[in-house]
Amino acid sequence: MTDTTHNTHSDVLAGSGLTLAKALPWLIASAFLLVMPFVFTSNSAITIMNQMAITIIFALSYNMLLGQGGMLSFGHAVYMGVGGFLCVHIMNWDQFFGTLPLPVLPIFGGLFGMGLALIVGSFSTRRAGTVFAMISLGVGELIAACSVIIVVFFGGEEGISGDRTYGLPFFGIEFLQQIEVYYLTAFWLVLSALGMFLFSRTPVGRMANAVRDNPERAEFLGYSARWVRFYSFVASGFFAGIAGGLFAINYEILTEENLNLATSGSILLVTFLGGVGFFFGPVIGAIVFTLLQTVLSLQTELWALYVGALFVATVMFFPGGLAGVLMMHTPPLVLGKLHLLVKPYIKTLLPAAICILATAGFIEILFHARHAAIGDDQMTLFWMTFSHANPVPWIAFGAVALGGFWLARRNAPELVETWHEANTDTGARP
Amino acid sequence: MDLVLVNLIDGLVTGLLLFMLSAGLTLIFSMMGVLNFAHASFYMLGAYFAYQISIFLGFWMGLLIAPLVVGVIGAGVERYGLRRVHQYGHVPELIFTFGLALLIEEVVQFIWGKDQMPYEIPGILEGAAFAIAGNTIPLYKVFMIFLSLLIFGGLLYVLTKTRVGMIIQAALSYPKTVEALGHNVPLVFMGVFGVGTALAGVAGVIAGPVLSTFPGMAVVLGSIVFVTIVIGGLGSLFGALVASLIIGWLTTFAKAYDVRMEDILTGIGFTKPDPIWDSAWQDLWTLTSPQIADILPYLLMVLILIFRPYGLFGKRDA
Repeated sequence: MTDTTHNTHSDVLAGSGLTLAKALPWLIASAFLLVMPFVFTSNSAITIMNQMAITIIFALSYNMLLGQGGMLSFGHAVYMGVGGFLCVHIMNWDQFFGTLPLPVLPIFGGLFGMGLALIVGSFSTRRAGTVFAMISLGVGELIAACSVIIVVFFGGEEGISGDRTYGLPFFGIEFLQQIEVYYLTAFWLVLSALGMFLFSRTPVGRMANAVRDNPERAEFLGYSARWVRFYSFVASGFFAGIAGGLFAINYEILTEENLNLATSGSILLVTFLGGVGFFFGPVIGAIVFTLLQTVLSLQTELWALYVGALFVATVMFFPGGLAGVLMMHTPPLVLGKLHLLVKPYIKTLLPAAICILATAGFIEILFHARHAAIGDDQMTLFWMTFSHANPVPWIAFGAVALGGFWLARRNAPELVETWHEANTDTGARP
Repeated sequence: MDLVLVNLIDGLVTGLLLFMLSAGLTLIFSMMGVLNFAHASFYMLGAYFAYQISIFLGFWMGLLIAPLVVGVIGAGVERYGLRRVHQYGHVPELIFTFGLALLIEEVVQFIWGKDQMPYEIPGILEGAAFAIAGNTIPLYKVFMIFLSLLIFGGLLYVLTKTRVGMIIQAALSYPKTVEALGHNVPLVFMGVFGVGTALAGVAGVIAGPVLSTFPGMAVVLGSIVFVTIVIGGLGSLFGALVASLIIGWLTTFAKAYDVRMEDILTGIGFTKPDPIWDSAWQDLWTLTSPQIADILPYLLMVLILIFRPYGLFGKRDA
């Protein structure tokens, strides 16, 4: 008994004190955000980074539900959307917007998203799991469908647009350039990420985890599972609304697309891909997904197919997502055995990667052969130009794919064996 | 009055089509506790397969073979996908089927492209069956009604009167006990999943020619099917039937009768603001029932979930 008391006591002490080790990731991340525009100076890169930052906030707010609260939502885009719509309306409200510095604007989006979450959460958080998922789907579809009907607020099919530069200049900055918007977004990114992280450390945030894992037991401890879920839901709506406000500032237009199921689904994809089990998971997911979306979609029409396949594979084989895969390597690192894994990794994962690339190449040729305009049989793939009527590329890609698969398959047992060894503490450390 | 009868038939067609999808979905849910988000995708696959087969072998072979193929694919998904994800819990299962729905849509676009397919009703079923006061009822609609009724009759018979049906029903409530009695419950699960998706496939085959076969057809119907089984009560077959018919008739009547909010509001005693386009309430005044026909099911679902969270015929703890 004394032991546990002692432990709790030291936990509390460690939790309350602000140590350098705890602040370090945040400081590094902030410095990173400051430096990024100097590394990637082109306008398109800054646009991508803006999109990334907005997606990160949105994904983190989504993970407050899915990862920390155990609530699977199919309608989270709605809270971001309405926040964004409100911000555009404020931008168009000249008398008020003229007295408002632009950086403050996302707060209004957040409050509006929170207001909607208050209403919806009052009945949707009664249960988690399937019922919650269904309600969120219904409410999401309802509001998305309303956007065509309630033209005053949602602007019908063409949406509504505004102009961010009419706001009160903020220390002389009028936000005419992308880079200025980038720093505004980055500021809000750090602020909201910190806010969400601190929320997860509050007693309510901790109880959300407990309710996720075992609602019955949490109820026996005297906590209302419903209220705990409700608080998480409302907080999540607030941060989603902030993401919506930033979206409004960045793109200056919002349409029905910001509310519909496709957007809600893609944020689920982003979050799960990154990993729901860790706070930084959605951050990785948002970065990877935005890169895939922007870079891969320039290379191939089929990017959505690859992302879909990646998503299904993640759910089936790595339910922890990318963050889960990364964190799996902590025990070998602690044991000082990470170096053991390098060789088997190369021997297995390199052929696997080649196999995947070759399969993708094969699919590309197939797609081109099926859907290219008649007479257009030339295609460029992996810096090679050839005709899809030529059997050689088909055979080559097929053979490479099969060869890679065979090699990866052959070396896989060795990897598994080394993995077990690297995770075993033999005590004989060099 | 004649128009009412025509709309009743139209609504019945929509409702029965919905039921063909929701029956499989609700069976799968009550057995495995997983909501199959990709259910409507199997419906889409049914339409596409039937189209592809109908090019070579005609419509009737498509009707016969396509659902079988869809059912086999569905069983494969259960065996090699869902069963693996099952160990992680229900939420990952739902996410898995959601990802599957995305993937199937992409694969369909990959194979057949983004355009609508020229999948048409067979010549023998073209034309009118009969007419009610000048409104003709197409023969194909009558065919759809009879086919769906036939299938439900068969399903009901299998579930209630045969040995297989008894085992399925028992496995629904007490899977552990049924397993202890020597039945292969995972096989039963796989079979039910296959049959459920095959039913969705049948719905796709017969709906493809009238509702058009295109890559978005799963999304169009997908969420409505969920709404249906939530309204009917998760896991209740009878509830799914009632909810399907309610939704079918509700949307059909809302579209057929142009009820205007303006008339209702003036009837209550409000005066219409003039000019209307300056008023903040313009959307409310210009609202008509065909406009909101498509969101009525969602509205109904939200109301049901607020006032009767377990649905019309669901069990209290569902």
